[in-house]
Amino acid sequence: MIAAPASPGFERIAAHLQRRARWRWSEVAFWLALLAAVLAFPSRAGFFNEILIAGLFALSLDLILGLTGIVSLGHAAFFGLGAYAAAILSSQGLADPTLGLLIASALSGALGLATAPLLLRGSDLTRLMVTMGIALMLGEVANRNADITGGADGLNLTMGPVLGLFPIDFTGQRNAALYSLGVLFLLFVLARRLAQSPFGLSLSAIRENRLRAGALGISTSRRIIAIYAVAAAYAGAAGALLAQTTQIVSLDLFDFHRSADVMLMLIIGGAGYLYGGIIGAAIFIVVKDVISGATPEYWEFWIGAMLVVLVLVGRERIAAHARRTLRMLVPLKGRAA
Amino acid sequence: MLTILLDGIAYGMLLFVLSCGLSVTLGLMNFINLAHGAFAMLGGYVTALLMSRAGVPFIATLPIAFVVPALVGAALERTLYRRLYGASPLDQVLFTIGLVFMAMPIANFFLGDQPQQVHLPAWLSGRVEFHGVGIGVYRIFTIGICATIATALQIFLVGTRFGARLRACVDDARVASGLGVNVDMMFAVTFAVGSGLAGLGGALAADVVGGIDPSFPLRFMVTFLIVVTIGGSNGILGALVGSLLLGVLDVAGKYYVPSIGAFIIYFVMVVTLILRPQGLFVRGDGR
Amino acid sequence: MSAPVLESRGLSRRFGGLVATDNVSFTIEPGARQALIGPNGAGKTTLINLLTGVIRPSEGAVLLQGEDVTALSANQRVRRGLARTFQINQLFPDLSPAESLGLAIGERNRSGADFWRVAGGGKAMLAEIEELLTRFGLEAAMDRPTRTLPYGKQRLLEIALALACRPRVLLLDEPAAGVPEHERHDILAALAALPADVAILLIEHDMDLVFNFATRISVLVAGRLLCEGEPKAIAADERVRAVYLGEEAHG
Repeated sequence: MIAAPASPGFERIAAHLQRRARWRWSEVAFWLALLAAVLAFPSRAGFFNEILIAGLFALSLDLILGLTGIVSLGHAAFFGLGAYAAAILSSQGLADPTLGLLIASALSGALGLATAPLLLRGSDLTRLMVTMGIALMLGEVANRNADITGGADGLNLTMGPVLGLFPIDFTGQRNAALYSLGVLFLLFVLARRLAQSPFGLSLSAIRENRLRAGALGISTSRRIIAIYAVAAAYAGAAGALLAQTTQIVSLDLFDFHRSADVMLMLIIGGAGYLYGGIIGAAIFIVVKDVISGATPEYWEFWIGAMLVVLVLVGRERIAAHARRTLRMLVPLKGRAA
Repeated sequence: MLTILLDGIAYGMLLFVLSCGLSVTLGLMNFINLAHGAFAMLGGYVTALLMSRAGVPFIATLPIAFVVPALVGAALERTLYRRLYGASPLDQVLFTIGLVFMAMPIANFFLGDQPQQVHLPAWLSGRVEFHGVGIGVYRIFTIGICATIATALQIFLVGTRFGARLRACVDDARVASGLGVNVDMMFAVTFAVGSGLAGLGGALAADVVGGIDPSFPLRFMVTFLIVVTIGGSNGILGALVGSLLLGVLDVAGKYYVPSIGAFIIYFVMVVTLILRPQGLFVRGDGR
Repeated sequence: MSAPVLESRGLSRRFGGLVATDNVSFTIEPGARQALIGPNGAGKTTLINLLTGVIRPSEGAVLLQGEDVTALSANQRVRRGLARTFQINQLFPDLSPAESLGLAIGERNRSGADFWRVAGGGKAMLAEIEELLTRFGLEAAMDRPTRTLPYGKQRLLEIALALACRPRVLLLDEPAAGVPEHERHDILAALAALPADVAILLIEHDMDLVFNFATRISVLVAGRLLCEGEPKAIAADERVRAVYLGEEAHG
């Protein structure tokens, strides 16, 4: 079969459909900047590490909230599970971080797979309640099984070097940050690819109009379950990173606070275009650092105030302003959640 | 066993008074108010402080524990909440979480983080013997007061014109408005009363939960939400049954199977939501 | 006489005490141009929802190309060749027409679950997107978010999306509803140009449209099928006149 020459219409359509596929220079610059920051300020490695891990956690939430439109107030369940899984694996003798990360992430993904069907029926309120409930249940389970999880005291762990070469314990903080950056980047690239794919497009459709998506033959339930499992795995990876690079886990990882904070980070940075989580995490943690220096006990008050103002002014309005500035720099998926 | 049952019922009644405001807000304005616990905290603080700083007798503080949160609720409703009635559930959740996050440090700032205790008067402490079973006097008192409130609410809703108008608003606010019902006022009054009841519940519950401290709203937010979720947003009856069910299950669970403890109510909630996503009591049109 | 492409047998649906659909049995032949009319509240949209699987019947069965699909979900029926449009546009506000059509085509090709390839490739898909855009006059707006399109164009996209599923049967729920006068003829032209091998069931209030388009008309009143037949016969039918004239007298 001889391929017919593409007509001008073809070109236009193809260019339009694939407009976000190519990496923009601004994206490359973004990642190089992150790398440069970690390399240039080794004394602040712990700080950067915190941002990178929070960014990954927020990215995982973006996959369900920003991309697919599923609200969750219990995403910390997967974060905590990943962290504890990594910690327990390490205490059982698995000192290799990457293997531990993979297993912990897979476990979180499995939990996501198991709990996703609960989200399919009912309203947004139901989803909020169910996700919250699962996170709380998991926290209770962790609390009750103190012999495995260390209970209220948490667990300490020691990690072997990454790939057998790069120690990431307290002597290798910069390595730890690079490790986190590497994992974040890898998972980001995968997520970006997924968002650009037909599958990702169908998730956007589910978000925009689930009824219509079903009326086009999309099995919305299966897709939602799939992305929820992926997002859970990502969150588990973030938790595992936290455990491995800080060598400590505690029950507060399952707290409602964690789920609320990560959602705030994503909202600040803007949901739906995958960079919002990392940007929001950076802003959140930097601001927290600054404010905590001034009034440590009342940090929570300012988060609350930020949330109230954000909602009253309108996330869409703020997002629209931000989007206009960012539009030239980053390929955007569009709206905030 | 009877003691457990009565304890559970008492706890359940408390939960009812605490949560019925949230239930009606959800049913009436379709608004998810996660800050509801802050009003309960306020009421608890009012009672605790009036008693410890001003020597006001316990019973006398109760009406004040109702009025103060009611006024605060009315003020907040008029200024802030009403802007978000049409907003997405996510926005409502973020907004009210924000309010809670603001309320807790404020409480901490003014009152410190140590729990404020409510010391019950002598005539309410102690136990009575009833057919060989020992029951706390305060339990009976709690059940009595809450049952009275529940009955009063039900009579009010069913028997008065305001109640009828309120039910009309719940069914269809637009139609009710077209029929001349002042929907705005309905919302404001309902919100105020709901917040007031939360405050009263907080005052009553202070002794049971070991004092009021700044973390109260967050600690109990989930419990209130579970009550409302299980009971549905059908107003009084649903909230009552949901509360009682939860109260009994929680107390019995913690007594008989302490290793699972708090787990049980979360589990029940998730199971309920799986089987009936709208809660146990659904209005006729399934909304 | 070939088998009907869509058939309902004794289809009923009750909501509490209300009987919305009452023992409806009718067929749609391949390539049909059929219309469903009836006064307001007759239950037309409920019937469509039953046929497409959005709601479950209290009784009865739906057969698609001879296969009993009563237990199947809406998206499963779409995969078997049944598509619909909605009375109120159900589109993707932030996706462009090209993206929406590409999505529909991709799902039909069973490449919808592909999570690795970049969406929007493939000459065949591009050709089909272009063809649909041109047919419905959407080329100019093809890369803008759907919510920026004028209502008439959105209505056309609504039809285009359903057609992108390459259905055997297409149910159109009041396609001209709410469309301003100067954009109506686009809709009519689009309807007239629909592929001959697709069976069409049109629900409409606009009698001009109905009589211009349909070769067979079914009349639904209070959830029950009153009568069926050729347009001339229906127009002359006393009972139909009574239903509509009665409505006019009261309305």
